Amino acid sequence: MANILNGKVPPGSISDKWVQYKSTMNLVAPNNKRNIEVIVVGTGLAGASAAASLGELGYKVKCFTFHDSPRRAHSIAAQGGINAAKNYRNDGDSVHRLFYDTIKGGDYRSREANVHRLAEVSVNIIDQAVAQGVPFAREYGGLLDNRSFGGVQVSRTFYARGQTGQQLLIGAYQALSRQISLGSVEMYNRHEMLDLVIVDGKARGIIARNLINGKLERFAAHAVVVATGGYGNVFYLSTNAMNSNVTAAWKTVKRGALMANPSFTQIHPTCIPVSGDYQSKLTLMSESLRNDGRVWVPKKLEDAKAIREGRKKANDIAEEDRDYFLERRYPAFGNLVPRDVASRAAKTECDKGHGVSPTGLAVFMDFASAIHRYGKSKAHNQGMHNPDEATIVKLGEEVIAEKYGNLFDIYNKITGDNPYKTPMKIYPAVHYTMGGVWVDYNLETNIPGLFVIGEANFSDHGANRLGASALMQGLADGYFVLPYTIGQFLANDIRTPKIDPNQPAFDAAEENVRKQIEHFLSVKGSQSVESFHRRLGRIIWDYCGMSRSEEGLKKARKMLRELREEFYRDVYVPGSNNEYNPELEKAIRVADFFELGEVMIVDALHRNESCGGHFREEYQTEEGEALRNDADYAFVAAWEYKGWDQDPVLHVEPLHFEAVELKTRSYK
Amino acid sequence: MKLTLKIWRQGGEFGKGKFETYQMNNANEHMSFLEMLDVLNDQLISEKKTPVAFEHDCREGICGTCSMVINGQPHGPLKGTTTCQLHMRHFKDGDTIVIEPFRAQAFPVIRDLVVDRSAFDRIIQAGGYISVSTGQAQDANAIPIEKDVAARAFDAAACIGCGACVAACPNASAMLFTSAKVTHLAMLPQGQVESHKRVKAMVAQMDEEGFGMCSNYGACEAECPKEISVSNIALLNREYLNANLSRTDF
Amino acid sequence: MNKFSQFLHSSLGNKLLMSFTGLFLILFLVVHLIGNLQLLIPDQGEAFNAYVRIMEKNILIKVVAYALYIAILLHTYKGIDITLRNRKARGGQRYAVKAVSGTTWASRNMALLGSLIFIFIGVHMSNFWYKFKFGHHEGTEFYTMVDTSFSELWIVVFYALAQIVLAYHLLHGFQSAFQTLGLRDGNYTRLFKGIGAGIAVGLPLLFAIIPILMYFDIHPMPDFRVFPGQ
Ligand SMILES: Cc1cc2nc3c(=O)[nH]c(=O)nc-3n(C[C@H](O)[C@H](O)[C@H](O)COP(=O)(O)OP(=O)(O)OC[C@H]3O[C@@H](n4cnc5c(N)ncnc54)[C@H](O)[C@@H]3O)c2cc1C
Ligand code: HEM
Ligand code: SF4
Ligand code: FES
Repeated sequence: MANILNGKVPPGSISDKWVQYKSTMNLVAPNNKRNIEVIVVGTGLAGASAAASLGELGYKVKCFTFHDSPRRAHSIAAQGGINAAKNYRNDGDSVHRLFYDTIKGGDYRSREANVHRLAEVSVNIIDQAVAQGVPFAREYGGLLDNRSFGGVQVSRTFYARGQTGQQLLIGAYQALSRQISLGSVEMYNRHEMLDLVIVDGKARGIIARNLINGKLERFAAHAVVVATGGYGNVFYLSTNAMNSNVTAAWKTVKRGALMANPSFTQIHPTCIPVSGDYQSKLTLMSESLRNDGRVWVPKKLEDAKAIREGRKKANDIAEEDRDYFLERRYPAFGNLVPRDVASRAAKTECDKGHGVSPTGLAVFMDFASAIHRYGKSKAHNQGMHNPDEATIVKLGEEVIAEKYGNLFDIYNKITGDNPYKTPMKIYPAVHYTMGGVWVDYNLETNIPGLFVIGEANFSDHGANRLGASALMQGLADGYFVLPYTIGQFLANDIRTPKIDPNQPAFDAAEENVRKQIEHFLSVKGSQSVESFHRRLGRIIWDYCGMSRSEEGLKKARKMLRELREEFYRDVYVPGSNNEYNPELEKAIRVADFFELGEVMIVDALHRNESCGGHFREEYQTEEGEALRNDADYAFVAAWEYKGWDQDPVLHVEPLHFEAVELKTRSYK
Repeated sequence: MKLTLKIWRQGGEFGKGKFETYQMNNANEHMSFLEMLDVLNDQLISEKKTPVAFEHDCREGICGTCSMVINGQPHGPLKGTTTCQLHMRHFKDGDTIVIEPFRAQAFPVIRDLVVDRSAFDRIIQAGGYISVSTGQAQDANAIPIEKDVAARAFDAAACIGCGACVAACPNASAMLFTSAKVTHLAMLPQGQVESHKRVKAMVAQMDEEGFGMCSNYGACEAECPKEISVSNIALLNREYLNANLSRTDF
Repeated sequence: MNKFSQFLHSSLGNKLLMSFTGLFLILFLVVHLIGNLQLLIPDQGEAFNAYVRIMEKNILIKVVAYALYIAILLHTYKGIDITLRNRKARGGQRYAVKAVSGTTWASRNMALLGSLIFIFIGVHMSNFWYKFKFGHHEGTEFYTMVDTSFSELWIVVFYALAQIVLAYHLLHGFQSAFQTLGLRDGNYTRLFKGIGAGIAVGLPLLFAIIPILMYFDIHPMPDFRVFPGQ
């Protein structure tokens, strides 16, 4: 392996590294900060928290989002919660345990030092959020409440009803708004980054398209921070917001940054199943539901068939004819196994013919026992000793409504079914991308001055992310890591004058963007961008989704290349550049999804093992569990993009495990 | 399902704006309203016509991006529901549906159904935050907050900034939006420190943006997809009066 | 701008002015009604006449009367000003279809209702107040004047209709004023809406009953006097 990457992990024992490093890091003096400009692209949890914190430190920040307001970023949709090693429950949680759970949950494919740092700062995030006014759930005593999430045996998840992401993002948005009003952050809404500008080997600016009038605008700065979220929409159907895309991150890759582990994508087990071709996105039912929901399918194939054909209902299936397959296969964690495991198990049952929706692609998630259990305990609390069945159910439903009311409402609005009375139907769907732009311990890419944070980078979740840890990571990066580590780079730049956006590198980048736009507008083909996106997504889902095989991946690569060729030849983009033109925006994004999609396939093909969300059919145990290969694949695969005509080039960062022992993951 | 859609088109070839009528023959009741518009746009693109511009993102009722007035109601007929969460099963075969942008002086139309709501951002920038910089916070459990108080703060914080309250209000008043933020922060001990300054600054910005005054119609509450209560407006009024009567500020 | 004028010019300052003047007018209406109910005492106007004479001489009443004129003018001016400004906030383009969910008819027509009330006040003042002040000569008592007016059917009908207008204005106005003051919160919402509905029905009804009963010469009121020794 020729190209070895250096993660720049500082020396010291795992638990002291960050503290020591922080106290010896280069600093930028306040008078110098005033002259240093930083571009932050993205206003999700990662971008908004970073822009606000950098502004507070005194840097001159320019912040960008393609949304009409910073508050709309996709982070707003996160439902379940955010982890922190506060140990408020006194249930044995600690920084080390959060660290360990995250490494194990990620199937030992993440960088130890980053994950430990994440666990360390997790506690500060909760403090910060509460100080900003984030209304986390509380107990009657007025203190903060917690719930548990998949893959762990402690309760460390803080939540704000089913709207944790919304409340955290509003907190960060408000902090950002304060900096905007103080003048330290200049906000550019409805501006989409379409290229990165590199001057003398350093990231010095971006080209952004003003989405209202189509103008290409140049912005220069001493450093660029990309916080543009994940690329789950390469699958077309996903739980991501409709406009989430890879473009900003991908443009940095085209300028020399590396795409790490792109095939590590997370398929979330509990989503509302697909119901028709017109469908444009899938809706997540928070993982927190698995605290109380029991997942099952009918044991008998004929029962499953009857349900699919509408001849039977879930409630017609007797208890002994139900297969609670997660509880059966994984008695220790039961319904709370990690997402990759739960998703695969559901797929296995449906592939065997036990699926329960007309498409055959759904399993039940049942709340009847939880309703019963809570109903009894509430009745007891209210001093009823022999409550009748109806009372128990009524009280139980009240408890469930308090915990998950808004999720049940969403389910009801979308499907028209009442989940209090009949079990929900769920199926896995694309949810999160662990892969992303490669960054070192400082969150800096291989391009000096280019930092990537939040879901857009690859850093902390290995091959599978545990629930409630993306919010944690985004905010850790933005509030507590980047504001320090960016100083390492900027400290050497205090003598660099204001960067001039009228130099050749900017001209070239702008020209590059203009050419692409002109191409799409001139094709005047016959098919919509959306139809290509849908077909691309189908290829990736079928061959690079929940399970992958060498044969399938090779076929997919070929199909994708043909489709891309057709796209460039036959896409129809209406309108012109100098107006509000969503179809044009989509075309540019889908073009990047094509290129990314191919690298995903290459990555999946290259990794001859199964780990976390990456399941290669060739590599599994007899029981169908993932078979990891630590001897040959304990590394990060970071791909250098060489253009459409060449294969991407592999760079590897070997992973060293010192604080945890490499073990086969078991949730049995 | 067959539908007749009367949609407001503005900008580009439609100039200052007018209604266009479209026939839609292949809708079905499982579609969401926006998916129905997606199908319409597919149809328009295949006829080489300009698709209808509308804003949307999460399609889960939480980002507040989707914004349109359906048969005279912002976010359509279903109570407590955003446009993206509205499904076609709430319409009948053969219906005529009139779709317009949010209309208000402070929300200029950008294109078709897309309006500029940045005035809301500026109201928040005027003071809709707690002034705490990163790293200054004490332990999260240092200040216990009564569950009911936290719940009231949450109810107000649930606002998604969609602007339906403004669109629904005959005065295009932004009081419900502004009061939701004022209440959220005023409920919490952390937020009370700056409450006088905050409420004055936010109201001043709201006025400057050209929103109307509150005549206490109640249309905002009726159309708000998050069912934010007008009680928040009462609280805003009280806070404002207090802030102006308190001696420290005069 | 100093802080106070800033406050007065703000939207909420404007609304508070509406609320204070509106509530002051309601208070006046209550007092006015009690005085007027003396018209229904079967004593050929003796009590009423005595009451009016006392009112005429009292300096305090004069001050209050001027405050009242100012309140009416301010409330009217601001009411129209606010309505125009709010219309402007709606922007140039109106909705083609507009549902009115959640709002009452009264709330949407406050300016119209108010303007009708203003016209009524004008007529009412020229009818009685002007004649009292400048027109009445020795011999004609106040009671006789009122009694004469209310023997004409059209005047009675006019007064009764005006009270319906007032009723709608109050139906929205009363509870709205408390909302503007920030008091209509939580459980108080029901309270103020309830009292508001009571006042909106009660006040105009009693006002309307006076001319109607006088038209039919019915005087059911037990003898009472507003001022002792009147
Ligand atoms: C339905 C759902 C539920 C989830 N629930 C949870 C949960 O309970 N707990 C948890 O921990 N995680 C959860 N996640 C994951 C988590 O929400 C995301 O990983 C996280 O919010 C990503 O944040 P971010 O800041 O990196 O990016 P985002 O929030 O996606 O923000 C991206 C930003 O970049 C901007 N942007 C993108 N491209 C450009 C461009 N080219 N030019 C300019 N601006 C651009 C966008 O406008 C936006 O502001 C959930 C995810 C989904 C889909
Ligand atoms: C006896 C006479 C009147 C009484 C008792 C009265 C009372 C009230 C009250 C209590 C309010 C509520 C204030 C608030 O919402 O805070 C109100 C509102 C209003 N009044 Fe009057 N009013 C009277 C006469 C008038 C007149 C003559 C006008 C003339 C136009 C008028 C126009 C309005 C308008 C437009 C409003 C609504 C303001 C708004 O909220 O937008 N009123 N009135
Ligand atoms: S108050 Fe309601 S209607 Fe107004 S912006 Fe907030 S969520 Fe939308
Ligand atoms: S699209 Fe996000 S709320 Fe409707």
